Amino acid sequence: MAKAQAAIETLNFESALAELEVIVRDLETGKTSLEESISAYERGVALRNHCEQKLREAQAKIEKITVNADGSVSVKPFAEQE
Amino acid sequence: MNSDLFSNPAPVPARSNVPELSVSELSGSIQRSLEESFGRVRVRGEIAGMKLAASGHLYADLKDENASISIICWRSTMQRLKIRPEEGLEVICTGKITTYPKSSRYQLIVDSIELAGAGALLKMLEDRKKKLAAEGLFDPARKIPLPYLPRVIGVVTSPTGAVIRDILHRLDDRFPRHVLVWPVLVQGEGAAEQIAGAIRGFDALPASGKVPRPDLLIVARGGGSLEDLMAFNEEAVVRAAADCSIPLISAVGHETDTTLIDYAADVRAPTPTAAAEMAVPVRAELLAAVMEQTRRLFTGMTRLIDHRRERVQGMAARLGDPQRLLATKTQSLDHALHRLDTAFATNIRERETRVVRLGAALRHPRSLIERESQRLQDRVDRLKNTAPRLISDKAQALRSLRRMLESLSFERVLDRGYVVVRDPADDRPLGESGQIASGQAVSLQFKGNQRRRALID
Repeated sequence: MAKAQAAIETLNFESALAELEVIVRDLETGKTSLEESISAYERGVALRNHCEQKLREAQAKIEKITVNADGSVSVKPFAEQE
Repeated sequence: MNSDLFSNPAPVPARSNVPELSVSELSGSIQRSLEESFGRVRVRGEIAGMKLAASGHLYADLKDENASISIICWRSTMQRLKIRPEEGLEVICTGKITTYPKSSRYQLIVDSIELAGAGALLKMLEDRKKKLAAEGLFDPARKIPLPYLPRVIGVVTSPTGAVIRDILHRLDDRFPRHVLVWPVLVQGEGAAEQIAGAIRGFDALPASGKVPRPDLLIVARGGGSLEDLMAFNEEAVVRAAADCSIPLISAVGHETDTTLIDYAADVRAPTPTAAAEMAVPVRAELLAAVMEQTRRLFTGMTRLIDHRRERVQGMAARLGDPQRLLATKTQSLDHALHRLDTAFATNIRERETRVVRLGAALRHPRSLIERESQRLQDRVDRLKNTAPRLISDKAQALRSLRRMLESLSFERVLDRGYVVVRDPADDRPLGESGQIASGQAVSLQFKGNQRRRALID
């Protein structure tokens, strides 16, 4: 389980949701064995938590790119009234 | 400019009616006449014989079926042009007519070039599109799918105006993200270079640098005329978009406007707002989707377990209650045992009955003896009772008989005076006279058995 959790941390939202959907479908069709279903369910719950975590990260941050004299780029806060 | 060279013509000495002019004087005069007569002109024609000099100035001819005129576009003007002059392009050039005195030429110094009608512009764009398409820049295979939920969104657009505001607001409505705005001119001189530079600049950001590398780009501009949007038709911009390894959404102008960057972009959005909608999903919907999936996950699991429980119960039911199975068997056994008992009892009883019957039939010798003794006793008793009576009876009968016999006895007859004649030999009564011969002795019996002998005569 710990291994699966670790793998989930690296998933992006879409993959996590897609996998959750697959798990849900599998559970709904009921074709998996009971043991598989239980581990799938546990993974589903972990995926759900991961998805919700990703959704909680919704925080707007607006920055403006500035090209420096040496050609490097840096950012500074974006103000609309420029 | 060149006219400065001829601004101070020398005085002309009069030798005839026709004044004598130096070449320079004449050239200068012609130049003035031309410039004064024509001033600014708008000329429509097709660009031909285009030469871009090392200085950056453009030399070309503007021609139609019958005529041709030299045109010059200075480098500084070139940068301001809304369109990039191309060979064969039908344009309307605005500028001043002047001369090039050194070679007796007149020419048009171009201030601005516009395409001669939408058709011409579209033809130019179509030609460019074909050329770039032939290079494979628009191949579907080059398209990169958009990330479902980008972490950092790079926006290449003007930092002012409605476009960036619309994008930011729509992003905020749907799913607030980290946005990097790369400010650029979106039209006019240097716009195309800035736009292309911004795209390549974003693309060149290292994955783990100080400035986060976007995982999605939006190249946007608000609506405008075909000419206003021309920067987004520039090869440099189209190539930058096509080369970009970050998924790119183009959103230039209104829905009906199509620029060449749209073909090179991974996705074309009809408007900047639409680009923001394509860039991120709606957070609330995702939350709802996750909740829905969670609900289904739970329901599915519950149903799955219920289903299995039902199956187990079903099988268990079919397996049967061992108690009941046993009960049935027990009942059968009980029944059998009962019948066995009954049969046994019946059997025993029958035998008992028979034994009793037989036993009853079998008399004990004592009882037999007793009975027989009884019978014997009865007989004895009866005999005892009967015998005396019998004897007395017999005696009585005997007495009666004796009396009867006595009454009937011949002796009674003798008493009454009769005699019995008997043969003296055998004492046999002689009843018949024939039995007695003459001279024969007979015995006479009298009363009281007195005997006397007599001879018959």
